[in-house]
Amino acid sequence: MATETSQTKVLEIKDLVTRFYTTDGIVKAVDGVSYDVHAGEIVGVVGESGSGKSVTALSVMRLIPPPGGRIEAGEALLDGEDMLKMSEERVLEVRGAKIAMIFQEPMTSLNPVLTIGRQLTEALETHLGMSREQASNRAGDLLEMVGIPDGRNRLSDYPHQFSGGMRQRVMIAMGLSCEPRLLIADEPTTALDVTIQAQILELMQRLNEELGTAVIIITHNLGVVARYAHWINVMYAGKIVESGPAEKIFKDPRHPYTIGLLSSVPRLDEPRRAKLDPIEGMPPDLMNLPGGCSFRPRCPFAIDRCAEEYPPFELVDGTTDQHKACWVDVTQVSGAHAGSN
Amino acid sequence: MTQADSAVAAEAVNVDDDTLLQVNNLKMYFPVNSRGIIPRHVADVKAVDDISFFVRKGETLGVVGESGCGKTTVGRCIMQVYDITEGEVIFEGTDLAKLSPGRMRRMRRRLQMIFQDPYSSLNPRMTAGSIIGEPIRIHNMASGRGDYVDQVEELLRVVGLNPYMRDRYPHEFSGGQRQRIGIARALAVRPSLIICDEPVSALDVSIQAQVINLLEELQEQFDLTYIFIAHDLSVVRHISDRVAVMYLGKIVEIATREELYENPLHPYTRALMSAVPIPDPTVERQRERIVLTGDVPSPIRPPSGCRFHTRCPIAIDICNQEDPEFRDMGGDHWVACHRV
Repeated sequence: MATETSQTKVLEIKDLVTRFYTTDGIVKAVDGVSYDVHAGEIVGVVGESGSGKSVTALSVMRLIPPPGGRIEAGEALLDGEDMLKMSEERVLEVRGAKIAMIFQEPMTSLNPVLTIGRQLTEALETHLGMSREQASNRAGDLLEMVGIPDGRNRLSDYPHQFSGGMRQRVMIAMGLSCEPRLLIADEPTTALDVTIQAQILELMQRLNEELGTAVIIITHNLGVVARYAHWINVMYAGKIVESGPAEKIFKDPRHPYTIGLLSSVPRLDEPRRAKLDPIEGMPPDLMNLPGGCSFRPRCPFAIDRCAEEYPPFELVDGTTDQHKACWVDVTQVSGAHAGSN
Repeated sequence: MTQADSAVAAEAVNVDDDTLLQVNNLKMYFPVNSRGIIPRHVADVKAVDDISFFVRKGETLGVVGESGCGKTTVGRCIMQVYDITEGEVIFEGTDLAKLSPGRMRRMRRRLQMIFQDPYSSLNPRMTAGSIIGEPIRIHNMASGRGDYVDQVEELLRVVGLNPYMRDRYPHEFSGGQRQRIGIARALAVRPSLIICDEPVSALDVSIQAQVINLLEELQEQFDLTYIFIAHDLSVVRHISDRVAVMYLGKIVEIATREELYENPLHPYTRALMSAVPIPDPTVERQRERIVLTGDVPSPIRPPSGCRFHTRCPIAIDICNQEDPEFRDMGGDHWVACHRV
């Protein structure tokens, strides 16, 4: 990839709309999401349950379950080729080979009746046309690469013989086995303990640096991505509400939701506060979103206009790369505190 | 901790009238049986292995540790959910482990529990009102139908829900609201001690702070004492007065909040703290992180000597031979480590 620069777009999502048709109504899970992932970049997608962060990724992977779930509009260009318009056959070729995804629960995403080795070699044989022996050699290398001690000898083990952290390593090894251009990690550390969490994140960062694999980390925990992500997209109720380089999002957040997320968590490096500042109210009901801005009912900065029109996703004044969808300039509101500062 | 040590510790706190709960040399072993027609007892899962601590009236004791460290088992042992293997659980002067099931049932009015998963801990076929009212009925705490309804409605109000919501079923509530119902149910019998087992870890970040603030307000309002079991060290620091750190069935360090977070002595406590992510890229990139290698060993065959020695970055020879003594470092700070 000598000609590749960090400006090369590995993934370009444009105006993605995904809905679920249920007996109770239509769930607008993803409602016009656009974002890019550049070569070698780690992108953090942050939001709470129902924000659409995972459904966006599943749409790109073409893993939205029919008949209820439908990708209704948009493009997802993987190296320029639209994932959403590909034939099923082509999707099977691309998935695993060029784009891979790992999930939150490493216990349920591994097949319990196949050996770890078989689960790793399957993709190698299918996508790279390796022989059994080549594949099994490579599988051993992969396990050692993700830090499973004596990996070669553990190929004949079954998933239940591995701990949670080890299973997540196996998932990462599977994800990376065909050296994909892009790895999507959906809450990769949520089910793991903090000390194991740190190991897994360090591993993903190392592999990102060594192999140049672009990574999307989907998480509800802002802290998880602070150390690793270059770029952050914050999602709320099916839309991106703020995006920018990680430093700016954490230091100078401009959307009230991002500000709320940052100030609602206690921080170990700061003096203890007498009281936490939660975001009031409840997560949005995607079947029944309010008119105007979806965050308005919970927003301390809301003005009349917020109830009438959804704000455009625009460049933040005075910056060249930070965007937000909010009518209010929070820096002009008295008593506003920018994030955790 | 040796017997002699804990005896000293127990004596020291028993003179203290402020002690609500005193746990002495608690052990909880779960037998592992062989498979086959005649199962044989082959080993024990030493979920909690000889721990002692106390909780003062009105304080919050945080218990932190990774999955499998025994923190949830400690909570359940206090509630006498299990028949404990050994040890004493002295609550308001009574050893709960020695109570008959009938007396324990009456005692449960004084100690209640809040669970992690607000989805599975509420009966889906009962309305919010009857879930909250059930303990009131069981313990005969209402003087009549009218009083019962008043109490239930008051409890809903106290936890920030609307009294008209009492006829709704759990699935009609969000995760945060369900946790409020769980809290109201625990409060219904006016307990003095509430064991909160990971009460916010299943909730969205923005909702966690709401529930934590509520727990703190209720503590003040009703003079509650909490044992707050969690794996999130930032949340535990926020809510606790003192904190116990557990590893593989043992308490490795216990201290006041300020002491523990400003002056952590045990290498495991230090590693845990350094692994907690901080939502600030600048701070994060400058921070030294102690990444522990390997996984937590099996509690069926815990390592010899200090149980942490297999993952400890500063272990020396003695660590795999001798179990470190639980030592008083002064100022309410206790630690079990050869290297301190």
